[in-house]
Amino acid sequence: MTPPYETHEHDVLIVGAGGAGLRAAIEALAQGARVGLVCKSLLGKAHTVMAEGGIAAAMGNVDKADDWRTHFRDTMRGGKFLNNWRMAQLHAQEAPERVRELEQWGALFDRTEDGQILQRAFGGHTFKRLCHVGDRTGLELIRTLQDRGVQQGIDVFMECTITRLIKDGDRIAGAFGYWREQGRFVTFKAKSIVIATGGIGKAWKITSNSWEYTADGMALAYEAGAELLDMEFVQFHPTGMVWPPGVQGILVTEAVRGEGGTLKNNRGERFMEKYDAKRMELSTRDVVARAIYTEVKEGRGSIHGGAYLDISHKPAEYVKKKLPSMYHQFKELADVDITIGPMEVGPTCHYMMGGIRVDAETGQSTVPGLFAAGEAAAGLHGSNRLGGNSLSDLLVFGKRAGKAAAEHAKSVPSGSLDAAQLQDAEREMLAPFERTDGEFPYELHRDLQDFMQSLVGIFRTQEDLHKALGELEKLQPRLQRMRADGSRMFNPGWHLTRDLRSMVLISEAVTRSALARRESRGAHSRIDYPNFDDTWGKQNNIIVKRGEQMMLEQRPVDEMPAELKAILAEDK
Amino acid sequence: MPDATMEIGAMAEAILRVFRGDPEGGRPVDYQVPVAPGMVVLDALHSIQNHQSPDLAVRWNCKAGKCGSCSAEVNGRPRLTCKTRLDSLPLNEPITVSPLKAFPLIKDLVTDVSWNYKINKKIPAFQPRAGVEWKMYQRDVDRVQEFRKCIECFLCQDVCHVLRDHAKHESFGGPRFFVRTACLEMHPLDGADRIGPLKNELGLGLCNITKCCTEVCPEEIHITDNAIIPLKERVVDQYYDPVMMLVRKIRSA
Repeated sequence: MTPPYETHEHDVLIVGAGGAGLRAAIEALAQGARVGLVCKSLLGKAHTVMAEGGIAAAMGNVDKADDWRTHFRDTMRGGKFLNNWRMAQLHAQEAPERVRELEQWGALFDRTEDGQILQRAFGGHTFKRLCHVGDRTGLELIRTLQDRGVQQGIDVFMECTITRLIKDGDRIAGAFGYWREQGRFVTFKAKSIVIATGGIGKAWKITSNSWEYTADGMALAYEAGAELLDMEFVQFHPTGMVWPPGVQGILVTEAVRGEGGTLKNNRGERFMEKYDAKRMELSTRDVVARAIYTEVKEGRGSIHGGAYLDISHKPAEYVKKKLPSMYHQFKELADVDITIGPMEVGPTCHYMMGGIRVDAETGQSTVPGLFAAGEAAAGLHGSNRLGGNSLSDLLVFGKRAGKAAAEHAKSVPSGSLDAAQLQDAEREMLAPFERTDGEFPYELHRDLQDFMQSLVGIFRTQEDLHKALGELEKLQPRLQRMRADGSRMFNPGWHLTRDLRSMVLISEAVTRSALARRESRGAHSRIDYPNFDDTWGKQNNIIVKRGEQMMLEQRPVDEMPAELKAILAEDK
Repeated sequence: MPDATMEIGAMAEAILRVFRGDPEGGRPVDYQVPVAPGMVVLDALHSIQNHQSPDLAVRWNCKAGKCGSCSAEVNGRPRLTCKTRLDSLPLNEPITVSPLKAFPLIKDLVTDVSWNYKINKKIPAFQPRAGVEWKMYQRDVDRVQEFRKCIECFLCQDVCHVLRDHAKHESFGGPRFFVRTACLEMHPLDGADRIGPLKNELGLGLCNITKCCTEVCPEEIHITDNAIIPLKERVVDQYYDPVMMLVRKIRSA
């Protein structure tokens, strides 16, 4: 490309430096590719660092009876059988090896009496399966991968945001973005690109997600022609903080329940008896989130509108050892000592099960050279993700996408970066500075969060979803008139003008998919269609861009092979 | 603290005196911010971005003390702004919020911390001993897990006078990277030797154990006692112990 842009060239460009991006980078490098890794924040700050409870892998260190078949079955059941069964199989089979690998790269998990990796119970998992480090497992994972990757020689571009994928004909040729620090534009040439940018939690008001989770990767892939899969499935984690207001939504790890924590309403009842008497607090997240929501709505909520989560019956030293960050989080931010009394918790937007549709084996999207892994990709979790299956997802499919991206890069020549596409991308980014009469993006963001929360939340109706589409439509003219103030140097207001476009676009994909699915399944609960529907249970929602139109279509789920069906039929 | 205190806080307003500027120059600017119950300094900064100054530069991610992004100096003390409650500060005077002093300024509260990532690369990676059996006991990993709690907020680097006052960035690694080295050195299965780099590239000898780093660590890692002092002992054993010096001389002969 031409001189005005700083340009970097790699075989494989990875967008996003959480667990999936880092694992993909390490593998692509191991395959001999030149690898660049771009991330919006500093290295090591991605959402993976906030994962708490553990990595699910059927290692059988604590419960010897565990094996991949049981993990496969739990995952499919948790996802209400809409999961991509091949992904669920690969995930269950490969997760233990991916965990052992982390240990060989220096990770230090909590230990069993006989010196192996300790595993804990979690919602929806038949056996004690989550390898963990207290309640800071994500930090251990990201630090281990980060150090491994850097030592192996990945080129890291920190605090850099990609705003456009550049295509050469049908295939991927590179990307355009800006440095957050100085606001300078930068281009990347690459034969393969792996999207590992996580989800869209920042489109909801009450969320455990940070500023980064604005659906960038899904929007970039959609704009480049890739298909999005089952976008209606947004996970609300049952337990976020509810008080004080500033901390609303901050995650309270499921490990509190895994370690024996109980949920009670304002009458002191362990209400999970009514919703899932068999699994109680360790039911799947969709069920527990709906239970807490219902208790509050029917007047049995805690003083600040949540439920009481109590672990104080365990010895104080044990709680501090196994849940240290929860102890500090509540003590410092809410003046609650969790070794003495209960926490107040309520649902918080947490994770996107839907995302870029990918091939199970390779993570390749429907666009040649464009791959996706982790939360940005879809399929593994079906309609509801089990706790602990995200970190293992990142490792298993990060590695697979990295390998396939490197192989793809070997098989194709470099494309060229089309000047017209780059100039258009630049024009889009500069436009907010040219307006003097538009609005700043913050209020627009608040409005989006408000109606996504109230209209596209845990329980949905046709009426609300129609309203949400109307609200999204009304945002469009405001979106076109967004304005930025000041210079291009580290300017969060300017950055948000771009991130908001992705959020609004993908919020529309979520809402359209939710409107179409006339049943309740996993995280998608329709008050007007409260039951499973067998037809919907066998089809996926696909979102794709045709011309300038967002199109939605249904496609049948692939038939599961007999040997996997047999595993599901076994009852353990 | 009971809820009642929070409710009283809800009536108040705070003045935040935030540094605004870039390497060319800057000055503190006062912002009046309504105080909500339980509010932290980062909430106040977001309020300024939302309602008064959309281009205020501040780094943050998790807002829960887990990622170490939102470090700044609050009333002159290095803190995570997401864990610094307004009701823990005197609200009858302005709350000053300034960027970390030990690193070059980019803009407002954002500094260039890339030096830290360069230092990290100088530390030899984890290297399992040959033929090792992958078995470790909790008692053996406990002390290393303390170091692995580090969230890389770089507050310890900011407060360390070797970096802050003497700018020895070229010859000194700083507390964060002594902690990181300690966690590798004390890993039960590691076989690499980092004593040379510790003494030379990381300049461990420049630390005179004033414990400032330990005081500001939000993860309460005993940086000086558990990481730096044991590492200093290892350096002394290897370089200054007459018996060890003799052994080395014989080996290298």
